[in-house]
Amino acid sequence: MIEGSVWKFGRDIDTDVIIAGRYCNIPDPKELAKHVFEDLDPTFASRFVPGDVIVADSNFGCGSSREVAPLCLKAAGVAAVAAPSFARIFYRNSINIGLPIFEIPDIAKFFEQGQKVRIDPATGLVTNLSTSQSFTAAPFPEFMEKIMAAGGLVNYASERLGGSKA
Amino acid sequence: MGMTMTEKILAAHAGLSEVRPGQIINAKVDLVLANELSAIVAIEEFGKIRGADKVFDPGKIVIVPDHFTPNKDIQSAKVAKAVREFARKHETLYYEVGRMGIEHVLLPEQGLVRPGMLVIGGDSHTCTYGGVGAFATGVGSTDVAVAWALGEVWLKVPPTIRIEFRGKKQPWVSGKDMILYAIGKLGVDGGIYSALEFTGEAISELTVAERLTMANMAIEAGAKNGIFAVDAKTEEYVKNATDKPYTVYASDPDAQYAQTIVFDMAEIEPQVAFPHLPSNTKPISQVGEVEIDQVVIGSCTNGRIEDLRVAASLLKGKKIHPKVRCIVIPGTQKVYMQAMKEGLLETFVEADCVVSTPTCGPCVGGHMGIMAENERCVSTTNRNFIGRMGHVTSEIYLASPAVAAATALAGKVMDPGEIK
Ligand code: SF4
Repeated sequence: MIEGSVWKFGRDIDTDVIIAGRYCNIPDPKELAKHVFEDLDPTFASRFVPGDVIVADSNFGCGSSREVAPLCLKAAGVAAVAAPSFARIFYRNSINIGLPIFEIPDIAKFFEQGQKVRIDPATGLVTNLSTSQSFTAAPFPEFMEKIMAAGGLVNYASERLGGSKA
Repeated sequence: MGMTMTEKILAAHAGLSEVRPGQIINAKVDLVLANELSAIVAIEEFGKIRGADKVFDPGKIVIVPDHFTPNKDIQSAKVAKAVREFARKHETLYYEVGRMGIEHVLLPEQGLVRPGMLVIGGDSHTCTYGGVGAFATGVGSTDVAVAWALGEVWLKVPPTIRIEFRGKKQPWVSGKDMILYAIGKLGVDGGIYSALEFTGEAISELTVAERLTMANMAIEAGAKNGIFAVDAKTEEYVKNATDKPYTVYASDPDAQYAQTIVFDMAEIEPQVAFPHLPSNTKPISQVGEVEIDQVVIGSCTNGRIEDLRVAASLLKGKKIHPKVRCIVIPGTQKVYMQAMKEGLLETFVEADCVVSTPTCGPCVGGHMGIMAENERCVSTTNRNFIGRMGHVTSEIYLASPAVAAATALAGKVMDPGEIK
């Protein structure tokens, strides 16, 4: 069960503001996490509490294909991201690396900065603990469930090649 | 029931006679691209795949270090070194500094991408290759690593949106203006998860370079891929680049489109996308007074020889505005050489522009033209997000090479038609 405070974002949050291009030659996600959302809010990394949740409006993660965007969110301790829609490369990167994401229509309207949220990843049930309203995320297609059940795309590929799990 | 060309390419690579939007397929890839930044993460992931000692086919893997090269600092040099060593060990296709270019200018030029191919790349602008009738889409590094191992990728078949440009281009309107206009109308998520198929009279009249420019920016509308029908111009372009074979797929007359959008060329002037979204476009006549500190002409969007020719035609025999820094970046070594032979480089230097070796450079905020606070740039690149080219308060205005060159001369955003 995921439980934490909400960090609220608007629409079209691009991967350049999640992690700026100038840092993309740093391969260590922990180092990158120090610069997460730096160009939107330089104090974000120091104020964010691991286990908290991002609730954003549509098209979260648009722009660059940089996998370090979901990787550095994960390394910063972001427990989940909920939004009405995700940019497609960000969506597949998150599935592939195991950052929990939840697609829910209009979700941004029902959350404010700092409210408490609980998410059950198994059922996709998202509850605003401050208002007691609940929402259900769209289920993942079966193939993506398989990738997630294998523990990410790398493990899925290992199984395909007859290797053991990482 | 008919299929679109995107659906036909996907079906052929999945070994199916038919696919429909929403269907998830496992498709064979013809080419897997990575730049040094996506490769460095992919190498790490590849190492974690049990049973993958070798890549599936070294001739179908291409790595191009272009973002922070020639290495701008020690950290970038370390990344480039690790990527180079991986490429050598696995004998993949690899283009070193001095033999390279910006990936999406280089691959079509080298004939590595051809009609009917299925190409994935660890770079969001991989969608550029739809300009020559390939299905091409950007993916993340884990997808790249798994494709290196299996030669396959999972894909959801996208619905296709047909975008038709009716009529003829007005003076100084280029493919860049057409795609900026379309993104302005669609919004940055107007094409989300979809294929954009560009058609119409104005499209047939575009050069292949302009089609590559337009397909390049399909991602800026959130699309999975952008694609153009293969015609005589495409075939001539591809045959000039390579004698390797290719397959032409055409959309059926009864193909199912999610939507058809018609644009009238009479409505399309040169466009400028204001900060901080590519969809924030205005026609040049409504721009007003916007003073500019820097101009960048280059990138995978507009770093081709055709782009440099347009810019040079405006700059020839003139000096840029004393307040402006103008940075010209030929997309590849071949473009650089051609520009030299045609005297374009001389025109640029005489006009007080700086000419760089091929690199992504300022486009990704890496090097070669980073901006300080409150500086403004007109750029022929594809993204004007906050902080993309430097300080968070700096601003990027996206435009065509013609508008960029006119702006360099005027010191403010300028209609090329006004330059005497
Ligand atoms: S030129 Fe810019 S958009 Fe194109 S590949 Fe390089 S960084 Fe990406």
